Amino acid sequence: MNEKNEHQRLFTRRALILGGAQGVLLTSLIGRMYYLQILSNEHYRLLSDKNRIYSRLIAPSRGQIVDRVGVLLATNQSSYRAVIIQEQVEDLSKTLVGLRKILDLSSEKIDHVLEEIKRKPRFIPVTVKDFLTWEEVAKVQLKLPDFPGVIVEEGQERFYPHALATCHTVGYVASVSEEDLDEDPLLELPGFRIGKNGIEKVFDQQLQGRAGVQQVEVTARRRIVRTLSTHESISGVDVQVSMDLQLQETVMTILSQYKAAAAAVLEVNTGEVLACASYPGFNANSFVQGISKNDWTQLIQDPYKAFNNKVIAGQYSPGSTFKMIVALAALEAKVINSTTQFFCGGHTQLGNHRFHCWKKEGHGSINLSVAIPQSCDIFFFEIARLLGIDLIAAMARRFGLGEKSGIELTGEKSGLVPNRSWKSMVMGKSWNLGETFNASIGQGYVLSTILQLAMMTARLCNGGKSVYPRLVKSDTVAEFEDMDLNQDHLQLVLEGMNRTINDPIGVAYSARITEPGFEMAGKTGTTQVKSITRRERELDLHKDPNRPWEVRDHALFVGFAPVVSPRFAVATIVEHGESGRRVATPLGRDILLATQHRMSKL
Amino acid sequence: MAFISRYPRFTHWQRLGRLNLWIIALLTVIASIGFLMLYSAANGNLHPWASKQILRFMVGLVIMVGVSLVDMRTWLTVAYPFYAIALLLLIGVEVMGLVGMGAQRWIDLYVINLQPSEIMKIALILTLARYFHVLDPKEICKLRTLLTPIVLIVLPILLVMRQPDLGTALIIVLSSCAIFWVAGVRRWKFIAAGSFILGAIPFLWPFLREYQKKRIFVFLNPESDPLNSGYHILQSKIALGSGGLFGKGFLQGSQSHLSFLPEKQTDFIFTMLCEEFGFLGGLLVLTLYTILLVYGFGVALNSRSQFSRLVVIGVTTTLFLYVFINVAMVMGLLPAKGLPLPLISYGGTAMLTVLFGQGLIFSAALYRDVRIGH
Repeated sequence: MNEKNEHQRLFTRRALILGGAQGVLLTSLIGRMYYLQILSNEHYRLLSDKNRIYSRLIAPSRGQIVDRVGVLLATNQSSYRAVIIQEQVEDLSKTLVGLRKILDLSSEKIDHVLEEIKRKPRFIPVTVKDFLTWEEVAKVQLKLPDFPGVIVEEGQERFYPHALATCHTVGYVASVSEEDLDEDPLLELPGFRIGKNGIEKVFDQQLQGRAGVQQVEVTARRRIVRTLSTHESISGVDVQVSMDLQLQETVMTILSQYKAAAAAVLEVNTGEVLACASYPGFNANSFVQGISKNDWTQLIQDPYKAFNNKVIAGQYSPGSTFKMIVALAALEAKVINSTTQFFCGGHTQLGNHRFHCWKKEGHGSINLSVAIPQSCDIFFFEIARLLGIDLIAAMARRFGLGEKSGIELTGEKSGLVPNRSWKSMVMGKSWNLGETFNASIGQGYVLSTILQLAMMTARLCNGGKSVYPRLVKSDTVAEFEDMDLNQDHLQLVLEGMNRTINDPIGVAYSARITEPGFEMAGKTGTTQVKSITRRERELDLHKDPNRPWEVRDHALFVGFAPVVSPRFAVATIVEHGESGRRVATPLGRDILLATQHRMSKL
Repeated sequence: MAFISRYPRFTHWQRLGRLNLWIIALLTVIASIGFLMLYSAANGNLHPWASKQILRFMVGLVIMVGVSLVDMRTWLTVAYPFYAIALLLLIGVEVMGLVGMGAQRWIDLYVINLQPSEIMKIALILTLARYFHVLDPKEICKLRTLLTPIVLIVLPILLVMRQPDLGTALIIVLSSCAIFWVAGVRRWKFIAAGSFILGAIPFLWPFLREYQKKRIFVFLNPESDPLNSGYHILQSKIALGSGGLFGKGFLQGSQSHLSFLPEKQTDFIFTMLCEEFGFLGGLLVLTLYTILLVYGFGVALNSRSQFSRLVVIGVTTTLFLYVFINVAMVMGLLPAKGLPLPLISYGGTAMLTVLFGQGLIFSAALYRDVRIGH
């Protein structure tokens, strides 16, 4: 026990010595602190004020976006902003009152600036007003001597010269939001913008470029004494799109006859997107400067969905434009051949449900070469009965329906190609024949985007190559796989599309192109938005011209031109346009004609 | 080995109830000063540092309470296996580095990067404490008995130096020395060892990395290289010195915010604190740490078992070394080392070590009257 106590005494003694030593060392730290902060304060304060070396980031200028002939679609403009550096201001309230008069600032804005000034360190510039007009710049410059601490800074602002026509494809940039922030300090620069939509977003990295760094020595008043070193910024790389601005604007004008419409034009062998138009558009420039809450709400609540790119984000029943797929599937499965005839009496019975042809009185006995131009529904119901949904779906998928095309845009939808396993998986129910009937005329569950329909048409008329749409020009020539389709079958379907337009028996004969060498072929589609009740059918209410806009049928058209060695494919929709034949087809015709005229000049 | 326990074991609830809330509050205050500084370092944003640090501290607190609930006798039992595991992990990162999977010194646990060298700090303290716990003073006087603990220290040191992490190596050596000291190793042995190391410096010098040599040179004469290595120390001194008595005010540290100050969120956070809150702010923080140290020494002196006493001294000294080396570094008294200010600097490793150690002190305080047999 004695030994134990001895042990403990030794420990206590030694621990006290150790603690004492630590105490002495900590005290010496405090002494050092006192020396630096109190005794040498003057010296270091001077050093701190006199000699501020700091690195500042130089924002790279953003790459431009040009169309296929080099017309600027997105570019940069000089912009000016008034900033205030609190440290240098003599009388903050006087300065703000003065600025308020010159720059016409709202009192909320003033509060906002005041709050920011309070929050930020005294030497960090706070923006009072962005995007000054020339007049405002001149006014502020004139008053600068009266307002020390106010500076006009120059920056770069994104500008879209043809915003209304290109908003959905080119997209836009906007200020960096909280969730965009990552390691990159560039994003924290005041006034920095990043791509939020369209090409601007998809190619953001390439367009952004790399920041430069400048080391400068500044005085306490932030006047730059000298530049120590500069690493220049590297500008972003330009992006060239395959779209042609002039054609795009023409297409937009053509679409603008209606409230809401969309169209895509593809080069059928390369997949290049020549025009991708969704009407109405919006002014993408308003996002650059920060869209007001009011404008944003208005844009989002627009009944004609101006903000959406209907070409890739709108999913519509393809309607009769789907019939080419069904015909090809039937020919390939050998359930029909070119001479197979079915009788159309205006309707057919399935259980206790009656399926109608669009033509009440019926088409009589017809084969495929008449069924396509006449768009006989009964003929396709009969095919569907023999074919089954899975073979139709498989053919649709080969044409790229039901999946994203992978175009270089944001917000693309995949559409939907239903089959048996899809239904049992999603709905837990088994497929029934009525649904096959609906699918065979592109109604029911089938959904596609306008871009998919344009791609489908391109694949039909380019000899069966699985072309994919591409919006950005590249030097490499894309090779597309052969879809392994029977060329005779393809010819049969194309002949049907030709007769739809160019044969007097075709439903759209009146909308044909008569200019020699420019003739087009195509297929119309009119799709129900709302199912027709028996009562409406009996009273012909579903054709009532006074029905509300939102319940009217969609009008679709897909087509290509020229008929001989086709080069261009188009798909277009007029939302609630009532008739593919009377509304969408003339539209498609105008677009194909404009495309051919324009492209023959390039 | 049989442990004689004359006292009933506490239930977990009893243990929780006996935790020293004042000290937990103190830890929280220190950490909160850190959050404040990290908020300032990010120019008045919780993102990217403060928010993550708060999360880390909470995780650390939970670990600390968990550690403190474990019986001191259990720590005695697990000391040697703990050491073995820590050594294996250290060898593991070394081997992985050699195989070429990158020189990672840590194991990523999302909020906290677990560094084997940090685990080793705790493991070595426990191991040395256990080793000396069973020795009587006579045995300690024999040179032969010191051979084993020296090997136990040298093994991890060699591995840590290879990483290379001089700061950690220094902390391990010095905290071990503190345990040797309070365990009762004769004075002349310390003097002899010190002389030996001083004498060995000329021979070790060629083994130092180029940047380590440079740091030492620059430390000796910082003004010689104002734009590069000396820059850090010089700018840190300017920032500190210009703070004055009351500082420049929260978020107003021009040196720190104009990016003169390197790593203001980690190694140089004390500088920023002193720039913005002045001498009084720095004094407050040092005082808070001192209270923590005094509490540690109090627990050590009141413990009845040698094991607890040695563990607490080891842990407390580790905390002291962190604080002292960091603060001395930013004031230009020691070469720039890359050691954080525990609980305040951004980063989870030192925080975890300190909180784990604090847990051990709580455990020791709880079992201070328990004699632990051989």
